[in-house]
Amino acid sequence: MAVSRTDTSTLGRWWWTVDRWTLAALLMLIGFGYVMMLAASPAVAERVIGTAARSLLFLKQVVFLGLAAALMVAVSLLSPRAVRRLALLGCLGALALTAATLVIGFETKGARRWLAFPLLGTMQPSEFLKPCLAVVTAWLLAEGKAAAALRAASARPGLGLLHGQLLWPALAMLLLGFVAVVLKSQPDIGMLMVVMSVFLAQFFVAGLNLLLVGVIGAMVVAGGIGAYFILPHVQSRVDRFLDPASGDTFQITKALEAFGNGGLFGRGPGEGRVKNALPDAHADFVFAVAGEEFGFIICLLILLLFAFVVVRGLVRLLGETDMFVVLAATGLLAQFGLQAFVNMASSLHLIPTKGMTLPLVSYGGSSVLAIALGMGMLLALTRRRGSRAEGGA
Amino acid sequence: MSALPPFEPLRPPPSPDAAPAGRPMPERPALAQPGGSRAMVRVAAPDLARRAQMERTRGRLVIAACGFAALFTAVGMKLTLATILDPATPRLRAAPRVPTGEPTIGRAAITDRNGEVLALSLQVTELYANPEEISDPVAAADRLLGVLPGLDRERLVARLTQRVVPGTERAVEFAYIARNLPPRQQQAVNDLGIPGFHFRPAERRFHPQGSAAAHILGAVDVDGHGIAGVERSFDERLRNDRNALRLSIDVRVQVALREAVQKAIEDFNGVGGAGVVMDVNTAEVLAMVSLPDFDISDPSSLMRAPQRPGQAPRPDQDPHFNRATVGLYEPGSTFKLLTAAMALEYGTANIWSSFDARHPIRYGRFTISDYKGKNRSLMLPEVLAYSSNLGAAHMGMGVGPARHREFMGRMGMLQRLRVELPETARPLAPTAQGWRDINTMTISFGHGISVTPLHVVTGVSALANGGILRQPTLVAQAPGTEREGVRVISERTSETLRRLMRLVVTDGSGKGAEVPGYFVGGKTGTAQKTGPRGGYLEDKRIAAFVGAFPMNAPRYALYVMVDEPRPNARSHGYATAGWVAAPAAGGVIRRIAPILGMVPETERAPQIQASITIPLQPGRPARAAPPTAAATPPAATPPRAVAPASSPAARPAPAPAPAGAAAPRAQPLPVPARAMEPPLLRRTDAAPVQPIFVATPPLARDAALATR
Repeated sequence: MAVSRTDTSTLGRWWWTVDRWTLAALLMLIGFGYVMMLAASPAVAERVIGTAARSLLFLKQVVFLGLAAALMVAVSLLSPRAVRRLALLGCLGALALTAATLVIGFETKGARRWLAFPLLGTMQPSEFLKPCLAVVTAWLLAEGKAAAALRAASARPGLGLLHGQLLWPALAMLLLGFVAVVLKSQPDIGMLMVVMSVFLAQFFVAGLNLLLVGVIGAMVVAGGIGAYFILPHVQSRVDRFLDPASGDTFQITKALEAFGNGGLFGRGPGEGRVKNALPDAHADFVFAVAGEEFGFIICLLILLLFAFVVVRGLVRLLGETDMFVVLAATGLLAQFGLQAFVNMASSLHLIPTKGMTLPLVSYGGSSVLAIALGMGMLLALTRRRGSRAEGGA
Repeated sequence: MSALPPFEPLRPPPSPDAAPAGRPMPERPALAQPGGSRAMVRVAAPDLARRAQMERTRGRLVIAACGFAALFTAVGMKLTLATILDPATPRLRAAPRVPTGEPTIGRAAITDRNGEVLALSLQVTELYANPEEISDPVAAADRLLGVLPGLDRERLVARLTQRVVPGTERAVEFAYIARNLPPRQQQAVNDLGIPGFHFRPAERRFHPQGSAAAHILGAVDVDGHGIAGVERSFDERLRNDRNALRLSIDVRVQVALREAVQKAIEDFNGVGGAGVVMDVNTAEVLAMVSLPDFDISDPSSLMRAPQRPGQAPRPDQDPHFNRATVGLYEPGSTFKLLTAAMALEYGTANIWSSFDARHPIRYGRFTISDYKGKNRSLMLPEVLAYSSNLGAAHMGMGVGPARHREFMGRMGMLQRLRVELPETARPLAPTAQGWRDINTMTISFGHGISVTPLHVVTGVSALANGGILRQPTLVAQAPGTEREGVRVISERTSETLRRLMRLVVTDGSGKGAEVPGYFVGGKTGTAQKTGPRGGYLEDKRIAAFVGAFPMNAPRYALYVMVDEPRPNARSHGYATAGWVAAPAAGGVIRRIAPILGMVPETERAPQIQASITIPLQPGRPARAAPPTAAATPPAATPPRAVAPASSPAARPAPAPAPAGAAAPRAQPLPVPARAMEPPLLRRTDAAPVQPIFVATPPLARDAALATR
């Protein structure tokens, strides 16, 4: 790259301020997405759509991956303030569209999550809601924190319960509650869990009282146990996880066979056999396909890339002074990391199966674009800035 | 890090609010922004609070980073476990189906002894319907009929109509439409696109030899289970072991035998017939036919033959009736071989014995007489050659009813045969209490007892093979295996019987069976059939020939029978076995002997013939001539029929050595010692010749042996 350090153009400034290691890791993951689509999609395409649609499926995803890379870079050019505005607009728009799915969405596999657009095809607006919501809640929480700081500094206690220290977080929770209701009605429990977890992570990093952390943790555990006893499909899924003999574990059995078939070096590209029998090989079990065809080493590389982006991102935030940036980045990273973890751990039988895409690697236009949007925001927020105070609220 | 700012030396000392992680704070704005110093100077309370918040947040960030690191480590460990340490072995679906030419069939094939396929299963497609998925049965039926026109429309509509299983609430979800679809029709049905029609693979039994071995193979039902014949008796074996079942049948012999019997039936307008060819040494059945027969491959032949109206049902006219193993017939004169063997074995007669054939025997209301009798005393070979009922009756009475029945039991004539077929019959014979003198008299010439053709040929095999009775088998035996058997007569008696059988063909009623060079021996038998209410039926006969060849070293026994033959011009108005069955047997031998690899012996024929000859009226053995072979009359008294026997070159084949060398072989006596006494029947026998015949020669030889 022949970009001079003294280049003060937008691109030049971007190049010298952006976190290039994270950017490189993300681009590598997009590359893996391309490779894995070649490996996993044909089997699924043939099974679900027919041989004729293979190249169509393929081309679509190539376009989406290219768009994702471009979107990520474009968003990372924004300033934190612009990111916040974008997120606010995106959040409202995505929320409206997500709510619209309940009315005009079409149903697949028993859930209304999709909207059909002429020319553009189908999209899942809740995917875009996720990163935008994380940024918006970060902003609200940061406002609350700022208010708390002001209140602690001032001699007068202020307006009591109506003080910003409580009002801003309350607003965040209200927003979250609305999102939760919409997602619950789709239903999209997986998405809901991610959104809630991301919010809790932000709350935690924002300095939530440890007692409250304990209480919330207990509530989560209680909620999980409650769900086990109230929701039959949760119970069946957990039962099958704990005792594979108790029910149909076809997916997970096939996934583990795929990993086992791959071994250290894998069977080689296109040589996978178990993948043909693996349901959702292109999305929820793409990691297993990687395991079968490319083996342990490549899988470990993918895993390390995710870990690198998340852990490095979190550690880099230690140098930040802006609460909004910290919370927003935490939310985006938590969403990214959590989704990667749930996907990989599910296909490895580490946790009960929960359908979730592997960020950037799994097939799916909405998912890839939404993750790219989120990661673009992350890159924008974590760019080294001339003035810290400038971006703060 | 390439991202580090280049102007590090210009950086001011760390400010109080520097990051605690030891990481240099990037780009302090102190120099660029004059306001920065102001902010630093006025350390307001909100700033302090904010800094405290950030401290706390950083602590939480470290925890979060550690948490994620832990999660990803766990994934990494599980990944190692799943791929390297404890990989799951994939149970792959049987590779993409590529036709290998090896059909996936369940039931083993059946072959003949040479590997010729007699029965095999092939994969076919079954079409069935789920009436629950068919909304308009009539329309579906009409469209299907366009592709499968052979189906019956009304039945089809009924099968496609939704209904419940009788007696239950369950809906019928399976109805066969067609059980054997070729691929083209399968595709055509598929192309109709009617929901509710489904295919599933099945297999169907084919019998490529058609009706050639129909009774042996039997049949399978539509589900592929054996219901008759070998298919049934080996049903378990055929379903569990996929290796082909090799039968003892030689399909070439089978076809030849079938044609010969068929021709005999046609020639004499018989209603049926049967034939068996058996290896005398192993009792393997090489061929077995029962006519009329049926085509196994034709499913409609599985149904009973339609009965002609106004006629009583005749089970023996059913093509599925196996005359060879289920048909019980009076064996007639063929049993005289057994009678002779028994009398010789018990020593109540020898070949020089003669029997009164002048006067009919009257026993109660029965009268036994001869057919075209000679009206004189007959010697034992003559009794067989001329098939004298009187002679045989006298011979049997010489042994007595108790021993007669015991011998018949030993020969297997009173039990069901243990052959590998479900279709066998138990002979009809008097019980132990009911077996009286009259029974012995009649059974001696083959009346008053009913056995199957397979019984007869099995017994004759034992007579010819040296005296070992073996249960017949339909399964090919490995070459060289010695099958278990029971000795029923001595080697010596068997040897005599071979000569007697040969005599019947050369000089007796079996002349029609002679095939030059194969030294056929045997016995004819004509028996009247019994009616449904007992009593013999005039003009309803069984004409049979049982024999073996070559008599100098028997290899194969055969049986040919024609049921109810009618006389024709060629037989000069006769329909007896000698005119019907014997020529048919000759025809069979003429065809199958070359198939079985036997070359007719023409060069040494006179010598071989001489070695197995017995005269019709054996001369008394002279003192000077040492007997050279068992029961062989010395060549010194030339029999009328066999001139070459007097030549020294015509020594009997079993002992071709010169006379001097014969003695050390220490052969057993030609006739058991008890045979010296005149047989019991002798009292009725006013033989012109004094019964001085036997005493000296064996005794003299005994003495000679003793002195050595």
